[in-house]
Parts: sequence; C-alpha cells; structure tokens
Amino acid sequence: MSQFTSISSKVVSLNAENVDTDQIIPARFLKVTDKLGLGAQLFCDWRYNADGSAKPDFVLNKPEMKGRQVLLAGDNFGCGSSREHAPWALTGFGFRAVISTSFADIFKSNSLKNGLLPIMVDKETHAQLFSLVEEDPNTSLSIDLASQTMTLPDGRAVHFPIDSFSKTCLLNGVDEIGYVLGMREQIERYESTHA
Amino acid sequence: MAKTLFEKIWDAHVVAQEPDSPAVLYIDLHLIHEVTSPQAFDGLRKRGIKVRRPDRTFGTLDHGIPTTDRSLPIVDALAARQIEIMERNCAENGIQLYGIKTGADKQGIVHVIGPELGLTQPGMTIVCGDSHTATHGAFGSLGFGIGTSEVEMVLSTQCLLQRQAKTCNVRVDGALKKGVTAKDIILGIIAKYGVGGGTGLVYEYTGAAIRAMSMEERMTICNMSIEGGSRAGLIAPDETTFNFVAGREFAPRGAEWDAKLAWWKTLPSDADAQYDVTYSLDADALEPMITYGTNPGMGMGITDRIPDPDRIADLSQRKALEKALTYMGLQPNQQLLGHKVDVVFIGSCTNSRISDLREAAALLKGRKVADGVRAVVVPGSAQVKRQAEAEGLDRIFKESGAEWREAGCSYCIAINPDVVPEGQYCISTSNRNFEGRQGKGSRSFLASPLTAAASAVAGKVTDARTL
Ligand code: SF4
Repeated sequence: MSQFTSISSKVVSLNAENVDTDQIIPARFLKVTDKLGLGAQLFCDWRYNADGSAKPDFVLNKPEMKGRQVLLAGDNFGCGSSREHAPWALTGFGFRAVISTSFADIFKSNSLKNGLLPIMVDKETHAQLFSLVEEDPNTSLSIDLASQTMTLPDGRAVHFPIDSFSKTCLLNGVDEIGYVLGMREQIERYESTHA
Repeated sequence: MAKTLFEKIWDAHVVAQEPDSPAVLYIDLHLIHEVTSPQAFDGLRKRGIKVRRPDRTFGTLDHGIPTTDRSLPIVDALAARQIEIMERNCAENGIQLYGIKTGADKQGIVHVIGPELGLTQPGMTIVCGDSHTATHGAFGSLGFGIGTSEVEMVLSTQCLLQRQAKTCNVRVDGALKKGVTAKDIILGIIAKYGVGGGTGLVYEYTGAAIRAMSMEERMTICNMSIEGGSRAGLIAPDETTFNFVAGREFAPRGAEWDAKLAWWKTLPSDADAQYDVTYSLDADALEPMITYGTNPGMGMGITDRIPDPDRIADLSQRKALEKALTYMGLQPNQQLLGHKVDVVFIGSCTNSRISDLREAAALLKGRKVADGVRAVVVPGSAQVKRQAEAEGLDRIFKESGAEWREAGCSYCIAINPDVVPEGQYCISTSNRNFEGRQGKGSRSFLASPLTAAASAVAGKVTDARTL
C-alpha cells in the first residue's frame, strides 16, 4: 500500500457536485488488466474532444495544472461504481489528495488503499476554499496527515477527520492484506465453527 | 439487546475485532467478473499465494462479453484479453467460471446468476467487485460492492476489513397502483433522498409494499441502493424468500436446509430494534418514474415537468441541474412525455429477469417497435434466456421488431459493442444515467420495463397506462 505523510501543493479546482466514477474514468477504459497508465484518461470525456484533441477550457488541460497534487471537488465526490480504476486514474495523473464535503463510501475506501487522501471539510470551509482558489489560482495548501491538518496560505489550520486505522496504514504504508493474512488462526477458528 | 437484520448478520460474521481497528468480517460468497479482478489475481501471484476458498468463489463473464453470437471470435482485443485472463485465473485457482468455454449454460450477469443458482442465501455476507452487489440484499443477506484491492483481500483471506455502517429503515407503505412497478419505487426513493442520501448507511426496505413483492421485484429495489449512496440494501427474508431459494442448485438440502431455515427465520429485525435514520415512501401515491438528468436522483413522475434551475436556491444544485439539462438537451419545465427516443434497452442487473421480460413482452405482443427506434432485449442470464424462449417471449420480441440477444451487461455499461450513439436518447431499464454511461455522449432516461416497452412502440416517452 502507498504511503502518505504530508504534501504541499497548489490546487486544481473542479466545482461540480456528484462527480461519478464514470466521469472520473469512463467505463470503456476498464478493459485494462493492470493499474498503470490510467492518468491519461482521467476525466476523459470532459477533457478531450471527439478527435482526441484536448479541450483548452477544461481545467486539467491548463499547462500550469501539471504536477498539482490536490483536487478540490464538489459535494459527494466519487459516487457510482466500485471501480478502483477511479483512484488509479487520479493517482496516475499525480493527485494525492481530494477535498470535498463528502465522498461515496466505496470510492473513499478505494482511495485510502491507494495513497489518495480523501479530505472531508464542512460546507463553509469548502466554499471558502473555492473562493480562495478563484481569487488566486496559485493558492497552495499544506496537508499533514499525522496532525490531520490542512494549512491555508493565511496560516489557518483546518482539522480533517480520518479513522485511526486508515491513518496508521497510510502513515506507515501498512499492507492491509498482509495484516489480515497474519490472522490465519482466527480465520481458521471461525471457519471451523461457522462455515 | 434488540437488533436489526443488518446487525444480526454483521455479528455472525465478525472474525476478529481489535480496538480502534475495523472488524475482520468473514465473507461467505465472493462473486468475481472479468473487469475488476485481473489486478487482484496479479496481487496474489506477487505474494505467491492461491485463492483461499475457491469453493466460495464463483466467476462469470458479463461486463465486456459481446451479446451477439458467442461462437464468433471477440473483435475487441482488449476485451478478448481480459476474458482470456479471467479464464486462466479461474482455471489456475480451481474457481467455477460461468463463461464461454465453461459453464456457458449458466453464464449471465453476476447479480442475476447468484440468486438463480441458489448461491445467494439469507444471512450471508456476499461481495463482488461491482457496486450492484446490493442486489443480493433482497434475500436478507449483506451484499456490497468492493474495489479491486478488496477483491484481492477476499481472494487471499476470505475476509474483509470493514467498519459497521449505520442503519436506515426505508419504509414503503401502501400498495402500488396498476402500471407502477418496483423500479418506480426505487427511482422514487432516490429522487426523494438524493444520490448521497444513503452515504454511510445500510438501507433496510420494510413496509407492506415490500412484503407484497416477489423476489425479482425485491432484487430490483435492492439493486439500486448504491444509486442512493447506500452500499447495501436489505430486505428481511420471509416465506417468499425461502420458497425462491428452495431446490436451487446450490441451496442447502435435507437436514442442512432445516438447520439453515431455522436460522434464517431468526434474522428479521427485532420489533423494538432501533435504526439510526428512517426514510419513507408512500406506494399509494407513486406514479411511474423516469429520470431526466445525469444522475439517478434526477427523476420524476412520468407526467411531471422537469424542474426549473431558477427555482433552486442552493447554488451548487442549481448549477448541477443546469449542466445536466444542457448535456441532455432538455429544457426546464418541459414534460418528457412525447420526447423522442432512439434506442430502447431492456436488460441489466436491475431489470433483466424473467418477470421483467414477461412484462415487456405482454406489452409488445401484437405491437410493433416504432420506425427508427432500435429496441434491444438482453436477458440477464443464459437460464433466463432459455426460460423466455420456452415461453415464446423471444418470438414476441422479434416479431415486434426488437433484437433478442445473449446474456450480459450490454448497453448498461457499453464496454462491448452495445453502445448508444453520441447525442441519441435511450430509454433504459438499467440503473445509471451518468454522462456517457451508455456510450460517449449518450443520453439516458431510466425507467421500468413497462415504460421502456411502451416507449418503444410509440417511438417517444410514453406512459404505459395510456396504451
Ligand atoms: S448490468 Fe450494469 S450495473 Fe449491472 S453488473 Fe452489469 S454493468 Fe454493472
């Protein structure tokens, strides 16, 4: 599992709510049999014209967005399918954190397993972040997982929630499957009495 | 302490629970398909381990498989490769695959074949790398979708790390009027509570309207739980459930059946069990539903008018509606009744079971699909297909001018050749109307099989009750 400790980055702002996983990575790209290279198709149908050329107005196509690691998105980000290709595409592009007021359950759990930090903020902070980025598109945020804080340019620190298990796993790059594989005895005991 | 159905299933499956950590939950049944499993098997190979319980793992080919003649080679090289890899992974690990070369007579959409084979049983934990695994909740089992890393975990350990969700009682009281179906109930619930209304919750559907339903109708409801944001949706098992399961291929028999049945009967939520949240829908007042927008929550009664963004106070909601209407090429305050349709799709894990096909066929019998409309009927499984053919439904479809296909996901996800052309309108019995879901630039109206069949005949969105 990928690790996450802290990052500092400018922000890509995508002000749309209920962004579903079919927008993040359209289903026709699910025929891959590995996890790599999906960054090129991230938000494909918003990002490219029918002939494959980039739509200059779409935020990800602006040259200055290259290398930014934080995505600021609208409410209920990642709804829809269970495809892990969604976080694979986001991390493939270079994102390490997504900020929203809420995340769909499966998307959130998939993200945490791929070193992509879902940062949940309240409505007020969310709106402030959008206006900050609108005023200054080069606004930079610092995100520190250990202290669960996101620091704005004016020095204000916003606390964000994360469950302690996921936090430990992310900070230490814990292999969750390895952790459960280590419980073989308990699993065998359960199987002998239940299954 | 009084417990809900969900809590009873949960408690019966906790293998370990360390403080501050998620529970290690045992998984009774793991269903896999070709699209979300290859990377998980790669993970196992890297670890040098095999699937822990191949006997609890079942595979099907449904998402990318063509719905035309299966004896022909698959043209799409990527889809063909994915299918080959699935065949190899199942063979190497001793997993039963219902596909093309093996088990073709029972192949089908994962959420159709699980119940059909009797794999799905009350009280089970069931997972699949597919968000519509909630379908299996119709049997009073805990079914939910997982990502590929979790598929890898279940393949390796037969367990998952999970936190217990909150519970939500979704009461559907009253009785449906003629021409109103289970699909309309679930579209009604999602329209009322929104696509995020169930986030962090597990739905349990209760009430007279649910009790009165067949298993197939219950599956349609539970199937779309995820469209309301709820990862799982359950219905308490009852005689309807037990009668459906009894005698199926993988159903318990003899003394084992008696023991299981006794346990299943204890599963329904206790009378004084507490839910964290309660939602409700009045079945008496419900009309056939249809969606006009680009998420399943943007739905309305079929005779209603599309909402006007100008009357929505919340800025982000207003923008979302404006964006959706632009994509859909629709106007505020417009009725959808009478709007042209180009494609009609009857199928998907929501509405491709035999009862869905019977409903659609009853309406199409002696009628013709309108000129210029492409109507496609895709059965949910090879078994549904054979049953429909035995009843002569295929002839009704073909005589009406509709296409009759092999089982698969087809137009629901459009990763095989079944794609709605850019800009065209498809009235679809599937579950997602996201931008591009049925093909790049496709525009979807989600509705029941009745509404879809009526619209096929008229060539425009039609209220089946007026035919
Ligand atoms: S029919 Fe559609 S929703 Fe159902 S499993 Fe297939 S792709 Fe998913």
